[in-house]
Amino acid sequence: MTTTRRDLLATVLTAAGATVTASRSDAEPRNHGEGADHQELPSDPALRTKALESVLVARGLVDRAALDTLVEVYEHEIGPRNGARVVAHAWVDDAYRRRLLDDGTAAIRELGYGGEESEHLVVVENTDRVHNLVVCTLCSCYPWALLGLPPVWYKSAAYRSRAVIDPRGVLKEFGLELPADIEVRAWDSTAEVRYLVLPERPAGAGKLSEAELAALVTRDAMIGVSRVTLAHEARA
Amino acid sequence: MNGVHDMGGLQDMGPVRVEKNEPVFHAEWERRVFAMVEAVDGDWPEGSGRYQRELIPPTEYLRMSYYERWLRSLSELLVKSGMVTRTELETGIAEGGNTKGRKVLRAGEVRPAIAGGFPAKRNVPAVAKFHVGQRVRAHNINPVGHTRLPRYARGRQGTIARDHGVFVFNDSLVQGRGEKPQHVYSVRFAARELWGSDAPVSDSVYVDLWDDHLESA
Repeated sequence: MTTTRRDLLATVLTAAGATVTASRSDAEPRNHGEGADHQELPSDPALRTKALESVLVARGLVDRAALDTLVEVYEHEIGPRNGARVVAHAWVDDAYRRRLLDDGTAAIRELGYGGEESEHLVVVENTDRVHNLVVCTLCSCYPWALLGLPPVWYKSAAYRSRAVIDPRGVLKEFGLELPADIEVRAWDSTAEVRYLVLPERPAGAGKLSEAELAALVTRDAMIGVSRVTLAHEARA
Repeated sequence: MNGVHDMGGLQDMGPVRVEKNEPVFHAEWERRVFAMVEAVDGDWPEGSGRYQRELIPPTEYLRMSYYERWLRSLSELLVKSGMVTRTELETGIAEGGNTKGRKVLRAGEVRPAIAGGFPAKRNVPAVAKFHVGQRVRAHNINPVGHTRLPRYARGRQGTIARDHGVFVFNDSLVQGRGEKPQHVYSVRFAARELWGSDAPVSDSVYVDLWDDHLESA
């Protein structure tokens, strides 16, 4: 039965010009808990994704060009450079910094940012007394419009579980050891509000332009798992 | 539901593994799954995909990659809502023909849709049950459906740090019980209240909770 379905699927997809890769786990039973009929789904996600897309396109439920555009936007247009621009602007313009902390949603809108997964934004500020970090223990909530899609580690069980019970231990794994007199605040994004950390401006950055400052700001610093430094190593 | 997705406070999940220079997507199928989840205008309330992912059996949930969970949740929602059949998903062949009368996202509409987003705030009058500075306690509840009140905060005392305004109540919405708009607050819980006396004295966790999650303390 499995072989028949898989062969059929492979035939259809090959005919449609799709590249079909062999399933990596033919022997692995699937159980959706809704009867034996569903235990024989193809288990390769690439194959299942192609089948799903073929059906949705044929049914007129999605437009392939729209899918391409969605990928283009989130792979190439929206990313941490947006957030870095907000941070650098707050560093050079104290009135903007205050607006950003008072009403993040309105302040990022001034720079043209907002929208999906950043409709309601709160910015929390790191100082020499307080260190903030952001997590979503239940899911993967993240300010897409400012940081792009989240990295795998942010969505991982390891980060989601320990960021609230042992934030200092997690930060140590990122190379950031905080003294006991710095207060650590973990922000669990359980609702539809998204959080961005405004990192501390690095000491000695006085002469840098706003654009040069933005280039120093990393994604990880805006999640709150690292600091911004002048001797900045290239990070993801 | 007290599911494995509610991870806050677990300690045995290993170290955080960071991939250097991580790409946005790791495979072509991840791009397509992401885009389909974004594009499909389903017969289900906003946020249902997330609830559907919470229903993935725990051993599978932990084994699956992130976008495998997205693929599973979208497939299940499509089948449950009758938009496609399981046979179609298995064969890749559409049986039902073109679905008429449904709004389909077009390429030219993608950027405006992203820029507009999907605001969950509601401009309706709702009396705030609590005010900034007030001491509150999160209800001790164990609902079998969807809830945004994580286990680690249940029954714990905190302080209202910020009133975010009136929002859709996801606990209600994704279970087909309507938006039930109400105030959402950032509630500060001292680390010691959550984790005991070994926790650093000044540290805290801020959790976003709705009026229906809270009582005065």
